[in-house]
Amino acid sequence: MEFNIFIQHFINALSLGSLYGLIAVGYTMVYGILRLINFAHGDIFMLGAYFVYFATIFYKLPWAFGVIISIIATTICGLLVDRIAYKPLREAPRISALISAIGVSFFIENFAVVVFTGIPRPVVQPPILMNPIEFSGGVRLIPLGILVPVVSFLLVGCLLWLLYKTKPGLAMRAISFDIETTRMMGVSVNKIIALAFGLGSALAAVAGIMWALRYPRVEPFMGMTPGIKAFIAAVFGGIGSVPGAMIGGLILGFVEIMSVAFFPTLSGYKDAFAFCLLILILLFRPTGILGEKLEDKI
Amino acid sequence: MENIMLKIEKLNVNYGAIHAVRDVSLSINKGEIVTLIGANGAGKSSVIRSIMGLVKSQAEEMSYTSPRDNKTVSILNRPAEAHVKLGISLSPEGRRILPQLTVEENLNLGAYIRDDVKGISEDLEYVYSLFPRLKERRRQKGSTLSGGEQQMLAVGRALMSRPDLLMLDEPSLGLAPILVDEVFSIIREINSQGRTILLVEQNAFAALKVAHKAYVLEVGAIGLSGTGAELLNNPKVREAYLGG
Repeated sequence: MEFNIFIQHFINALSLGSLYGLIAVGYTMVYGILRLINFAHGDIFMLGAYFVYFATIFYKLPWAFGVIISIIATTICGLLVDRIAYKPLREAPRISALISAIGVSFFIENFAVVVFTGIPRPVVQPPILMNPIEFSGGVRLIPLGILVPVVSFLLVGCLLWLLYKTKPGLAMRAISFDIETTRMMGVSVNKIIALAFGLGSALAAVAGIMWALRYPRVEPFMGMTPGIKAFIAAVFGGIGSVPGAMIGGLILGFVEIMSVAFFPTLSGYKDAFAFCLLILILLFRPTGILGEKLEDKI
Repeated sequence: MENIMLKIEKLNVNYGAIHAVRDVSLSINKGEIVTLIGANGAGKSSVIRSIMGLVKSQAEEMSYTSPRDNKTVSILNRPAEAHVKLGISLSPEGRRILPQLTVEENLNLGAYIRDDVKGISEDLEYVYSLFPRLKERRRQKGSTLSGGEQQMLAVGRALMSRPDLLMLDEPSLGLAPILVDEVFSIIREINSQGRTILLVEQNAFAALKVAHKAYVLEVGAIGLSGTGAELLNNPKVREAYLGG
């Protein structure tokens, strides 16, 4: 393979992988705190894409506004999901919340079909993000390909700073080990859980926006496959670990892009690779790359 | 009567069909060390957890008078997270250290409700002066500490909210005898600095020696009460809890 083609694949993989990572972070944060797989997370991601579509293409707002509106609206949706579907089940057996999560996922998808219709809508990409830039060695890259990983890493970096350097972050890490003890320290647990949902949803919104730019269309079920793959990425990296989610996402992105790049005949099996990875990690290292054994909480 | 800090009248705690605490009444005066002793399963932890708002309970009265403003409020079934703001904190049974957080992060979590950066760092130094071992290990994860060090961390963390009423649940449990002495001398020291202490202990002898007032809990109800010295010399207590 020629160098310039490889670089293009590399950037593609980096960009897809960081999108998986950005979604995976939302799964991992909620799982770390509540031991809940938030199946609706992929659909929150879809909402992020739709909101930016409506803001920019339907209402013709500038992209910057569209992005901000989408992030805010998606975050509100994520918070509502927690408030309506999960919070009443905090004391219930964990399986109840899980079933509720599956229900919420179906609800959002089908509600989106009703409200947005099931017809895929094309996203008009801003030319500034799409005009290729020539680099030496015949490498041609579109700015979007570079923007996606840069934004993703920046956001995950901010999240890590928040988790490790601020008080709410400390509380969030503490809750994931022992809710009762954290409460005794004066932390109001529901606020911190809401914060986790809010942050996860905001990141999913950004991922949804960038996904809609990269694969320029939106449809109500667009969150399913990326959602499942991001979940695999979270498990692969070690569920509960934020850096793990990002690493898992990147590995998944690279496996997917590179397998097709080097073995074009296998391109039909692209999605199967993700699941093979999941099976392998569950067989040989169930805690994931960076994961630690999470005790069941009392 | 001005001095009563915590007053409990007829406290009852039920876990399903199990009646763990029956009609327990007790009071704690400001500045005292009060201890609650009794055998395993007598309901000691249930009383302390009920005061902290960690278990649902019934009582005729459970009121707390804050020395900060002399206001009396009912703390019956008040959520646990609201207690630290009133000045009540608990070092729980089994230490409950957050294993993946460093020693210093555990301590900072204890100061979660506070915003006075200067005061927090003063108190951090104060805790480190009480427990120099913690300072040596400040960057280590909680899970790497020995049992004794974890106990120190649990007590230190409870102090970080600058409580007026410090509750200690079995602080000597599982500690080597030399550490037990150290823990009790630190309890005295903390008390001498003006903090009121409620101590739940299985080690009746050590607890009675430091306590101003003591209650003996027997299968969920108060059997005896008196000053620490009275109970130390009480033949029934000696026989049942102090090995004759």
